[in-house]
Amino acid sequence: MTGLLALIVIVLLSVTAWQMSKIFKLSKLKSDVQEDSTVANDSDNNRQGKLMMIFMGIFYFIMIYCFLYYSKFYLPEASSEHGSDYDSLMFISIALIMFVQVITQALLHYFGYKYRGKKGQRALFYADNDKLEAIWTIIPVIVLAGLIIYGLFTWSDIMNFEEEEDSIVIELYAKRFAWEARYAGADNTLGNANVRFIEGANTVGIDVSDTDAMDDVVAGEIHLPVGRQVIFKLRSQDVLHSAYMPHFRAQMNVVPGMITQFSFTPSITTKEIRDTPYMQEKMLRIRDIRKDKNAKSIAAGDGPIDEYNEFDYYLLCNKICGASHYNMQLKIIVETQEEYDEWMATQTTFGEKIAAE
Amino acid sequence: MSAQVAAVDHAHDDHGHHHHEPTFIEKYIFSTDHKMISKQYLITGLIMGIIGIAMSLLMRLQLAWPDHQFTVFEVLLGKWGEGGVMDPNIYLALVTIHGTIMVFFVLTAGLSGTFSNLLIPLQIGARDMASGFLNMVSYWLFFVSSVIMISSLFVEAGPAAAGWTIYPPLSALPNSISASGLGMTLWLVSMAIFIASSLLGSLNYIVTVLNLRTKGMTMTRLPLTIWAFFVTAIIGVVSFPVLFSAALLLIMDRSFGTSFFLSDIYIGGEVLHNSGGSPVLFEHLFWFLGHPEVYIVLLPALGITSEIISTNSRKPIFGYRAMVASILAIAFLSTIVWGHHMFISGMNPFLGSVFTFTTLLIAIPSAVKSFNYITTLWKGNLQFNPAMLFSIGLVSTFITGGLTGIILGDSTLDINVHDTYFVVAHFHLVMGISALYGLFAGVYHWFPKMFEGRMMNKNLGYVHFWVTALGAYGVFFPMHFIGMAGLPRRYYTNTAFPYFDDLADVNQIITIAALITAAAQLVFLYNFISSMFYGKIGALNPWKSNTLEWTTEHEHIHGNWVGAIPHVHRWPYDYSKLNKDESDYVIPGQDFVPQTVPLQDNEEEMHH
Repeated sequence: MTGLLALIVIVLLSVTAWQMSKIFKLSKLKSDVQEDSTVANDSDNNRQGKLMMIFMGIFYFIMIYCFLYYSKFYLPEASSEHGSDYDSLMFISIALIMFVQVITQALLHYFGYKYRGKKGQRALFYADNDKLEAIWTIIPVIVLAGLIIYGLFTWSDIMNFEEEEDSIVIELYAKRFAWEARYAGADNTLGNANVRFIEGANTVGIDVSDTDAMDDVVAGEIHLPVGRQVIFKLRSQDVLHSAYMPHFRAQMNVVPGMITQFSFTPSITTKEIRDTPYMQEKMLRIRDIRKDKNAKSIAAGDGPIDEYNEFDYYLLCNKICGASHYNMQLKIIVETQEEYDEWMATQTTFGEKIAAE
Repeated sequence: MSAQVAAVDHAHDDHGHHHHEPTFIEKYIFSTDHKMISKQYLITGLIMGIIGIAMSLLMRLQLAWPDHQFTVFEVLLGKWGEGGVMDPNIYLALVTIHGTIMVFFVLTAGLSGTFSNLLIPLQIGARDMASGFLNMVSYWLFFVSSVIMISSLFVEAGPAAAGWTIYPPLSALPNSISASGLGMTLWLVSMAIFIASSLLGSLNYIVTVLNLRTKGMTMTRLPLTIWAFFVTAIIGVVSFPVLFSAALLLIMDRSFGTSFFLSDIYIGGEVLHNSGGSPVLFEHLFWFLGHPEVYIVLLPALGITSEIISTNSRKPIFGYRAMVASILAIAFLSTIVWGHHMFISGMNPFLGSVFTFTTLLIAIPSAVKSFNYITTLWKGNLQFNPAMLFSIGLVSTFITGGLTGIILGDSTLDINVHDTYFVVAHFHLVMGISALYGLFAGVYHWFPKMFEGRMMNKNLGYVHFWVTALGAYGVFFPMHFIGMAGLPRRYYTNTAFPYFDDLADVNQIITIAALITAAAQLVFLYNFISSMFYGKIGALNPWKSNTLEWTTEHEHIHGNWVGAIPHVHRWPYDYSKLNKDESDYVIPGQDFVPQTVPLQDNEEEMHH
């Protein structure tokens, strides 16, 4: 793969170099005749006009190549219910902008080639055309109006969610450079909290005097039952963070001094997504890469690298927060209700933790 | 030494005129002449640009080969690159200073400062700026702020590293990252001085355009360059003070115990006393400048492009009035879209809807501009000078980068591509590369006006353009795809997530393209410096252009025109205009009619 890409880059570069050397040679030949080396003459216009077309060809090749070989890197189909709306809006938008892109770039470069200057050629004195301008003002207005309306409906569905009866409330607590998840427990109500209460085992600053807090569960992983709405309440201990869960099309900043929120309903379990062809292929690729890396690392005397055999959903920090910002992550596991209940039963509540201390 | 000799020579050249001979210091250092100040801006901007681009290459090396040890890290970064391994802290500092330098010092001061200064008096027919002294102060404040910004690189705890957006609390608390100590202080001081410089400059531009136009130069006869510089200056005056106040409040939070942006913070094992502030407030204040800033960077480039495309197409710019209207529309809208940087900041989702609406509206004037450029090329007689190539390149990257704005400006779609490489690709194309192309186009086109008739070498210009054009797309087009893969920006390395392992190849290709593109800029630098001293002296009006600057002599004199200031009789875009019976051009055998030529008997009067 890398080899092929490198080859293509080299070919493109050598085409460029070849064209360049041709320009140099031709410009040297010409210089005997008369022209100065500072203002474009007919032969320059001719060559540069043709280069416009060649450039357009290469540019279109880059675009096609990227779509053919890099679109596999796109995130897999969304693992949340609102995510499928998100994906279709994204698909429509990309299709639309690529349509406009292909046409306008073609016109731009083709006109560059077609109307390259020649001595004696007369340009058309064409200063205004109200009708034309009205057309290309109105078309974007209509198309954008459609996009705006579609987008705003989706946005309002995602952000102004209605709390369902069986929803789970989880506080995502961010601190440099780790996350903690606080489940609201049996009463589904989070106990009050503030950084001023942080002490010992009470790492997220829960108000000990709040009875709602006693059944809260603080965990180092997020477990979510599939098909149930989850409402994340986000709280930061120190600086800005951003809770980004790309597979669920979910992201919200975590702001010290205020509680932000985001909600979604997971629709694909961890097990299910591992079995999708997308993930199988991705894992094959990554396993290959990591095998090489591992061999290199051992050869260099650094020992084996971490194993990575199965995909897991993750939450990552997406707002610059300090030196280890690049490694502030948390595992998310989407599972069936039964599995979730089993896991929850093994957790100790905040009340028990405090009592043990 | 040689500079001094040259100075003496030039001073002798001035003998013909009746003012006192400027000393070396008056002519080259504390000059109040707009042409010299423009060159000072350009050269300072270019030096800052070299530093900024070098930083981006260091980041790209780190991203492509995170496990590799590079001697260059150790050489350039010293203790931050010991053993050839980059320190994560310095990576964040590079991100921060690269952004700051490129946005403010290169593309604001280097682009707008250079060409506003050079072109406003020359194109409107004025002897100089309204206040030459303020203009000089403006440059020297810019110089001081550049020096402070660069000196912050040598602070022991490192330069500012909270991103160019310096969001608190990270930027407010030195115990969050050590860089938020002296490094951040210097950043704030430097930017405060920069803002003062920018304001003095902008006010001067506005006054000059409004008051010093020559006889006949009505607002609707202004070249689009001037319209763009004028409106840019207005946006600057409206929005820069807000950044200044944000910086001031941040300084208070940092040093005087206030809580504008801080609340409920536990850091370094203790709870801070601050309560009631909000980082979101800072985001609002920052982006109230931050977004117009994008257009402060871009509009001058678009103005330059309009002028160059028209001249080199030998055609009037298509839809002059629509171009002016879209500049005004973009300027107005730019001040009410800042919230699209904050869709997921925690602000009310309703505000997100409003900002989506205003943001997507901005696509309309942008689309009109792009279509008008394309139509200007249509049926032209295109002269492919390097400036023309860069202008066409600008239209291309402006479209490519602008279109992805439709995705990012949509609050829904922003959720999942926010702060990923998709954003990095978008804004680098639409404002970074586009504005740089505008800068290059301007330098190639007006080089003879800056350096007394000397021209740049066109063949080196062609090499520079084509390698840059290919390289820039090689860097930024694939970058959209790793963004769609959910790869966050500002990560020191992606190796902490095995999930991203298969993106490593793409990152390497991007880095290779970046290295090639950067190498092509050396061709430009060589061309620039050698043409400055040895460039051929060209014709007085080498591009056969209509605007007033080409009616001046090669030699720079204080006051620009030897005799009286020329009067203006027409708009600047009468290229290839035919006479009444369409047998020949208005001026037989000449396809352009300079603005100084009165209406001829054989031509129709047009109202544009």
